[in-house]
Amino acid sequence: MAGIISYGAYIPRYRINRNTIFNAIGFMGTFPSPGEKAVANWNEDSITMAVAAGLDCLAGQNRKRVAGLNFATTTQPYMVRQNSAIAAAGLDLPDGITTADFVGCTKSGTTALISALDATNKDKEGNIMICAAECRAGKPGGAQEHLYGDAAAAILVGNENVIATFEGSYSVSYDFPDRWRSVGEKFEHAWEERFIRDEGYTKIIPEAISGLLKKYNLNIKEFSKIIYPCLYPREHINITKKLGADPLQIQPSILATIGDPGSASPLIMLVAALEDAKPGDKILVASFGSGSDALFFTVTNKIEKPKNCKGFKKSVASKKELTSYEKYLAFRNILPVEVGIRGEEMPFTQLSTLWRDRKMILSLHGSRCKMCGTPQYPPQRVCVNPDCSAIDEMEDYTFYDKKATVFTYTGDNLAPSIDPPAIYGIIDFEDGGRFWFDFTDCDLDQLKVGIPVQMTFRRKALDEARGQHVYFWYAMPTSG
Amino acid sequence: MADGIKDKVAIIGMGCTKFGERWDCSAEDLMTESFKETLADAGIEKNDIQAAWLGTHFEDINVGKGATPLSSTLKLPFIPCTRVDNFCATGTEALRAACYAVAAGAYDITLALGVEKLKDTGYGGLPAGGLNPSRLRFINCSFTTPGTFAMVATRYFSTYGLTPEEGKMMLAKISAKSHHNGALNPKAHLRRPVTIEQIMNAPLVAWPLGLFDCCGVSDGSAAAIVARADMAKSFRQDPVFVKALQIATSPGEELIYNKWDGTHIESGYRAGIKAYAEAGIKNPREEISMAEVHDCFSINEAITMEDLQFSPRGRVKEDIDAGRFNLDGPQPIQPDGGLKSFGHPIGASGLRMMYEMYKQLQGKAGERQIPNPKYGLTHNMGGVPAQSVVSIAIVGRELG
Repeated sequence: MAGIISYGAYIPRYRINRNTIFNAIGFMGTFPSPGEKAVANWNEDSITMAVAAGLDCLAGQNRKRVAGLNFATTTQPYMVRQNSAIAAAGLDLPDGITTADFVGCTKSGTTALISALDATNKDKEGNIMICAAECRAGKPGGAQEHLYGDAAAAILVGNENVIATFEGSYSVSYDFPDRWRSVGEKFEHAWEERFIRDEGYTKIIPEAISGLLKKYNLNIKEFSKIIYPCLYPREHINITKKLGADPLQIQPSILATIGDPGSASPLIMLVAALEDAKPGDKILVASFGSGSDALFFTVTNKIEKPKNCKGFKKSVASKKELTSYEKYLAFRNILPVEVGIRGEEMPFTQLSTLWRDRKMILSLHGSRCKMCGTPQYPPQRVCVNPDCSAIDEMEDYTFYDKKATVFTYTGDNLAPSIDPPAIYGIIDFEDGGRFWFDFTDCDLDQLKVGIPVQMTFRRKALDEARGQHVYFWYAMPTSG
Repeated sequence: MADGIKDKVAIIGMGCTKFGERWDCSAEDLMTESFKETLADAGIEKNDIQAAWLGTHFEDINVGKGATPLSSTLKLPFIPCTRVDNFCATGTEALRAACYAVAAGAYDITLALGVEKLKDTGYGGLPAGGLNPSRLRFINCSFTTPGTFAMVATRYFSTYGLTPEEGKMMLAKISAKSHHNGALNPKAHLRRPVTIEQIMNAPLVAWPLGLFDCCGVSDGSAAAIVARADMAKSFRQDPVFVKALQIATSPGEELIYNKWDGTHIESGYRAGIKAYAEAGIKNPREEISMAEVHDCFSINEAITMEDLQFSPRGRVKEDIDAGRFNLDGPQPIQPDGGLKSFGHPIGASGLRMMYEMYKQLQGKAGERQIPNPKYGLTHNMGGVPAQSVVSIAIVGRELG
C-alpha cells in the first residue's frame, strides 16, 4: 500500500510581528490576528522554498528512486516554464521523472498529494515527491498581508518503508469565489470576510471531512490528529466540534507563528503531526480553497526510525525577527529599492548557456578528477591540481550536499543589494573544492573565518525587464 | 636557453597626463595629451615610430574596440598598431609588447600608450561586470573589486592574529603615506594629505576596507617610447634601461583549489621571482631602491611587500610601523602617491608607474626625488586576488 515514506519542512529565517505591520501602515477594519508570520528572504520564492523543504525531505533518501515531483503553490514565479522542473533541477532529481505544477487554489497541496498517492498505488516502482510552497504577499495594510505567511512542506510517497499508510480520500470541488487573482495581477482580491467564513470555511471543510468519514465508515473519534488550515482562530476548532471532534484532536494552528501559507498549510501541519505520531495513530488532513480534499493515514511502526530532517519544530524554532516593515516591503519587491546605475546594468541572461550548464548552475554539480581525486567547482576538463593536470578524466561530483567552512568573507556596500551590505565569501568544501558564493540568512558580525556553512538554493537575480527568475546556490551558516 | 630582455631596450621618452575626473576630456584628448609630452620628451618625430601598442580595458565605455582609436587619434601612418588588454595590468602589458618587439629586433623604435576614460559611467567604482564572462555570470558571487581585496584583508587579519582594529591601523598607515606623497605631485588626482584618524573613521566600502583603503577612480593616460639600448644615448643622455619585464597569469587554482592561503597574490610572487632572475637581483629588499606597486587597495600594497620579498611573510606590519616604505625611508614605495592618489584609469596605470620610476632615475622628480636610486620596480596587478595577472618591470640608469 502506498503511503508517506519521508517528510520535510522549510520555514524562512525571518518573522515579522503583526504589530510591526500594524504600527507601520495601520489596518482597514479590525486588527485581525495577533502573533507573527514567516517572511521569505528577498532571494526566496515558492520555488526556492520548495527546494529547501524537498532537500529536508530527501535527507537519507535515495534520489534515484524518485520518479516524480508534484509542486503545489498559488505563487509560482512562472506562468510559462514549468516551476516543478526548475525545482526538480534544484533538488537534483533524475532526468527521467514526471513533473507537474498544481496551481490555482490553496487546496492544490492536498490535490498534489492525492495525485501522487494514487499514482504510486497504481505503479509500484519509484517514489513521488510533493512540494507545497508559498511566498504570499498581500497589499500593504490589508488582511492578506496580515494573515499570509511564507513556508514550504515536502512529502515523499511510495510503497516501501512507509511511515504512514494512505487509507483513502474524499474531495469536494466548488467554484467558491472567496479570493481570486487574474493573470498579471500582483495581489489577490477577496470577497467579504464574513461570507468566506460563514459560507465557505465553516461549511466546506466539514463537508469534505464528513464525506470521508461516511465513505470509509469511520468515526471522527478514531483519529489522533485532525488537520486543516486555520483562517479564523475562533472558528478553527469549532468547525469540527459538530462532527464530534474533541479540541485535543485538532492539530494546533500555525497562524500566530507562520501565518497562512496557502497550499502548504495542510501539508506543513501534517509534517508537524507526523513528528509527534505513534504507530497505529490515524491522521486526517483536509485542505481549503475552491473546495476541499480530505485524506487519512495510519501511522506504521516505521515512524520510530530516527529522522535526519530538520522538519517542523526545529524550523519554527530557528528564526530572527524582522523589525523593519520597510525591509519586508523591499524583500517582496513592493517598495522599490535603489540599486544605482551599477545595479541597473543587469546583463542579459543567456538562457542557452543556462541550458548547457544546467547541472553546474541549478544542481551545483562540479567534477572530480579520476586520476588524483580532486573535487572541483565549477566542473573542469583540465584538472586544477598543478601536480596532476589530467585532461578529460573527470567524473560528475555534487557539491550542494557537502559541508563547507568559510575561507574568507566580506560585507560589500558597493555591490547592489536588496539587503545591504552584500555578504559573500570564499568557502572550502570539507572533502575538497573551493569557490566563492553569495552568503545569505546571516549577519556580517556573526561570520568568522572557519565557521561551518551549508548550501541553499535561492533566486540570484530577478530580471523584471525580461521576466526572468535566475536561480543559483548561496552559502549560509549552518544552524544548530 | 632564452636570456630575457635585460639591457636590450631602453625607454627614451615618456609622458603622463594629469590624472583626475577629467570631465572636459575625452579618451582621445587624454591620448593626445600624453603622446604630445612623450614625443617632446623623446625628441623624435611621430613618423620615427615603427609600431605601437594601445592598452585599454573597459573599451566599451571608453575608446571602443581595436587599435584604430590609437592610430586614428594620433594619425599614425599605416604602422602596425595593436590593442592589448590584461585587466588592470594592461598598461604594463602594452609596454611589454613594445619592449619585446624591439628586443626581438623587429623594430628600432616603438610606442606603448595606455589610456582609460572611466568617469563616463554615471557611478563611482569600476564599471560592473568586467570579470563576468557569460558562463560564470550565473555562478559568480556578487563581488565588486573592493570586496575581492577585502576578503584578502579578512584572511590576512585572521591568519596573522590581527584584530580588525590592528589590521585597519596597519592599512591606514599605508594610505596616509601614499596621500602624503601624492600631495607633492601636481599630476596626482587626490592631493590632500589625510590623517590616520580620518582614514580609521571613514565609511566602510567592503568590510574591513574603508573609503581611504580604496584608490580613486580617474581618467588618465601615459605613454612611453622604447628604443634599442645601443641606440638610446643617441636620443638622450639619460635613458632608462629595462632590466626585466615579466608577467605571471593565474591558472585559476587559487579560487577553486584548496591550496592558496588567501593572504598573498601568487602571481605577484611568481612574477617577482622571474623578474629578479631576469634582472640579476639577488636581494630585492636591499637592491630595489624604490617601487610603484599596485595599491588599488591598501591591503594589496601590504601583501605585495611580502610577495616582492621586501618584507618577510606575515611581517610587513613591522616594516610599515618602522616607516621603511615612506618617502624618506630606506625603500620608498609609491613615491608619486600611487594608485591611492592617482586613481586607476586601468590602461594607463602601469605606464604611469613607470613614468615615476623614469623621472626618479633621471633625477627629475622634484620635491619627491629619492637620493641616487639605482633600480626602480613597477608592479601592476590585474584581475582579483583569487585569479590574478601581475606584471613586473625593473628599470635602471646604467647598463650592466
